[in-house]
Amino acid sequence: MSIFTIIAVVLICVGLLFFLGAAVGIMRFGDFYTRMHAAGKGDTLSSLLVLLGFGVYQLNNFQSFSESWPVLLVILKLIAISAFILLTSPTATHALMDSGWEDGIEPELKNDKPETNALEEDMPQPKQKEAQA
Amino acid sequence: MNFDFDSFTLFTGIALLVLMIPATYRLATGPTAIDRIVSINIIGTKSAVILVIIGSLFGRVEMFVDFALTYALLNFIGSLAAARYLHKTPPARGQVGEDE
Repeated sequence: MSIFTIIAVVLICVGLLFFLGAAVGIMRFGDFYTRMHAAGKGDTLSSLLVLLGFGVYQLNNFQSFSESWPVLLVILKLIAISAFILLTSPTATHALMDSGWEDGIEPELKNDKPETNALEEDMPQPKQKEAQA
Repeated sequence: MNFDFDSFTLFTGIALLVLMIPATYRLATGPTAIDRIVSINIIGTKSAVILVIIGSLFGRVEMFVDFALTYALLNFIGSLAAARYLHKTPPARGQVGEDE
């Protein structure tokens, strides 16, 4: 059992742990925005960790550069998928959350009274609220 | 201790499939439409990872990595298109309802 296999198993186990956290967050959170938060962060990091773990495991097949350059190509593609997910998953989450805010989905706030909540005055209101007022 | 990486890979794939169940629950009973789209996005990301796992099990990672890359691309474009569709943007020129 080589050092690359040990590193790969550790990376994949940590990734599965973050996937579990994202799944629990999607199940348990009571608000649209908190569910988006759990889904966006947990899914991105855990996908990165699992893909990089498989990339590290591919280093076991590497002997010399002239013979086993396809292994390096596979590792490069795995890193490319990781970088792509790292760029696009938060972008998609932000776009979906922005469209949800434009649709007028209300966040659950800790203080239900508007006059005691200083945070709510600073926030830009949803467009439906402005139309009613 | 004899450690089989293929068995561990198979366990990882089954665990990812089991972790798709909460996303499917949110897809079925999501209060808003965007909750459902987020769960589809999560299932798509997990599917890209599962494609790499399938390639590692079959010993053809160099082929399945391309599938995973394509799947991640299409997943991003699909969720972005859904987000723009649900985004109530004002029209590019003129007032709202000017055409009617």
